[in-house]
Amino acid sequence: METRRDVFQAIADPTRRAIIGLIAQDTMNLNSIADQFDISRPAISQHIKILTECGLIVIKKQGRERYCEAKLQKLNEVSDWVEKYRKVWENRFDIIDEILEELKAGERHKKKTKKK
Amino acid sequence: MKTTPKNQTIITAEPGKQEVFVTREFDAPRELVFKAFTDAKLIARWLGPRELKMKIEKFEPKNGGSYRYIHSDEAGNSFAFSGVIHEVTFPERIIQTFEFEGLPERGHVVLETARFEALPNGRTKFTNQSVFQSVADRDGMVQSGMERGVKDSYERLDELFEQGAIK
Repeated sequence: METRRDVFQAIADPTRRAIIGLIAQDTMNLNSIADQFDISRPAISQHIKILTECGLIVIKKQGRERYCEAKLQKLNEVSDWVEKYRKVWENRFDIIDEILEELKAGERHKKKTKKK
Repeated sequence: MKTTPKNQTIITAEPGKQEVFVTREFDAPRELVFKAFTDAKLIARWLGPRELKMKIEKFEPKNGGSYRYIHSDEAGNSFAFSGVIHEVTFPERIIQTFEFEGLPERGHVVLETARFEALPNGRTKFTNQSVFQSVADRDGMVQSGMERGVKDSYERLDELFEQGAIK
């Protein structure tokens, strides 16, 4: 049972990632999306339903057609979060590198003076 | 001039999981890397961003110890972080809890395990695993404040992330 409905759940599945890629440029109706895949139409509908619930797609009705529009803002939440996390750690590691150079120099000095 | 390539920081955050891994190698033996993680004076230099003042109120790197540190900026804002230290095993492992006291709601505690692995040529591989209480806690470290409608806290959190104050 899939109950999680957030952006991470949305992009966990390769078909859903493909759907997002497909409609990222332009909105498409449900049928033309389904035509792009070898899997059944109900399966595609299910993926689109999940993407809608995760907030990555909105469905707009135009006459009898239903169009899917990608909401890519949500995707940024993922990369923003990981990128911020990475930056924080990279900054730390840079300073740790400096500290380690000092510690290594200190060790070399100790060894030298011991020999004497 | 150093020609060694920069060591890569690898962040692993699988969708739907409550954990995040940070992996990075150092050009130093693990005893020294371990020291950088357990010596209060050294930690004070790297844990916070360079622009913020760092005050280590308490730091007991031993089994059953605890820690608390405070970052403050020029505007007088301060941010406290604390936790208890479950295990310190020289020179291979540190396990501790972590909590940012400035979150809109208390009780969002992270379990952190840092591992130090000796590599050939005097190098060390560092891996930190942070386990959050829920997927939402992990994914929403930044967003959580906004969802609760506490925009101020969110902005402050965001600033902190930018400045590198929050891990």
